[in-house]
Amino acid sequence: MCLAVPARVASVDGNLAMVEIQGNRRKVDVTLVSPVEPGQYVLVHAGIALQVLDEEEAEETLRLIAEAMGHA
Amino acid sequence: MPEITARLRDGDAGRRYIERIRAKVAAWQARASGGAGRPLRLMEVCGTHTVAISRSGLRSLLAGAVDLVSGPGCPVCVTADVEIDRMLAYCDLPGAIVASYGDLLRVPGSAASLAERRAAGADVRVVYSAMDAVSLAGREPGRPVIFLGIGFETTAPATALALLAAGEAGVRNFYVHAVHKLTPPAMRALLDSGGAQIDGFLCPGHVSTVLGEAGFRFLAEEFGLPAAIAGFEPLDILVAVDYLVDAALGLQAVRLENTYGRWVRPEGNLKAREVMDRFFEPCDARWRGLGVIPGSGLALREAHRSFDAAVAFPANVPEPRPRKGCRCGGVLRGEIKPPECVLFGRACTPERPQGPCMVSGEGACAAYYRYSQAE
Repeated sequence: MCLAVPARVASVDGNLAMVEIQGNRRKVDVTLVSPVEPGQYVLVHAGIALQVLDEEEAEETLRLIAEAMGHA
Repeated sequence: MPEITARLRDGDAGRRYIERIRAKVAAWQARASGGAGRPLRLMEVCGTHTVAISRSGLRSLLAGAVDLVSGPGCPVCVTADVEIDRMLAYCDLPGAIVASYGDLLRVPGSAASLAERRAAGADVRVVYSAMDAVSLAGREPGRPVIFLGIGFETTAPATALALLAAGEAGVRNFYVHAVHKLTPPAMRALLDSGGAQIDGFLCPGHVSTVLGEAGFRFLAEEFGLPAAIAGFEPLDILVAVDYLVDAALGLQAVRLENTYGRWVRPEGNLKAREVMDRFFEPCDARWRGLGVIPGSGLALREAHRSFDAAVAFPANVPEPRPRKGCRCGGVLRGEIKPPECVLFGRACTPERPQGPCMVSGEGACAAYYRYSQAE
């Protein structure tokens, strides 16, 4: 129930968006993260999007891991 | 996104992190007098962390150095027996449709579970979202549709949005039985009770998308405990554990570290908190294993009481008798691990669960059982 999954936004229609979750299409409510655009990733939980992916932060996390491994 | 996920599952990097963490703790254990040999105790308070840690094997890979203890992080598990009995009572209302998230169905109440009541003829429907229950009410205008609003700060905004939609569409037969719960007050209660012996917290990543960093700063500021907002891939968890170990051993400052920045903004999701606040107000709530915790639940505000199932259909539910032998309470407080319960794996299995921690896919007992982590 508490499972939240990342989903790619395919299209947006008002407060609803069609998203792709592991190959499946599903309509989710994007009221809480609007405005969103096709191509962005959102975190979907119980039919609503809770947040938009920050790609720069994702890269930063990966960079920190690589750096830590360099000093391991 | 798929590339990011793949890199966060990199086995080689994971092994090196584990070695690093083990080496740091071993050096401390060797130096320490008195508490020598003790592993550090880190608690996770999110069912998805519980499952991720068991599935990835991190619990056993870190054993001896870091004890990863599950806390009250599974919403189905922390729901008190009396609330389950109240939900079951709605099945007796003439014409009523009870709409529930799937993992609540098999939780045993005093006399039955929702699944058993459904098999006996009650109209219990599984919904994926609260909004689905509003649509159902729109299609069945002559029947009360009672949505069981369960879950933490991730799920409560969805219930609030459903209430907003029902209000705007004039759906008068949609009701909510709200047992939503708030995570920080439970962590505070656990620490105030003094029995948990925690060296640091893995904070729930998805709850944090709503609450932001402010929701968990009190752990460092008031209790002097390191805390890390963590994601759910193996390397997400290891990065967070690595910080917590450093801070617990005095190698880094004690603070709240956000290691899940790709999804968690420092300010959280203001819109989500606004819609929650519009419909709900904090109330004292009863948790399985933790008792009544002040300000840890969400009750419908006075202005929206017409949606409140408990007000519209009051049920006189007797105080349930304690479950014989079931130690879900101790598991939820982090006092025992699932295999320490005598029922675990014998009288209590996912096929025949005796307590909620074995029912829910996010329950600690189910996670231990499924991934055979009997350490």
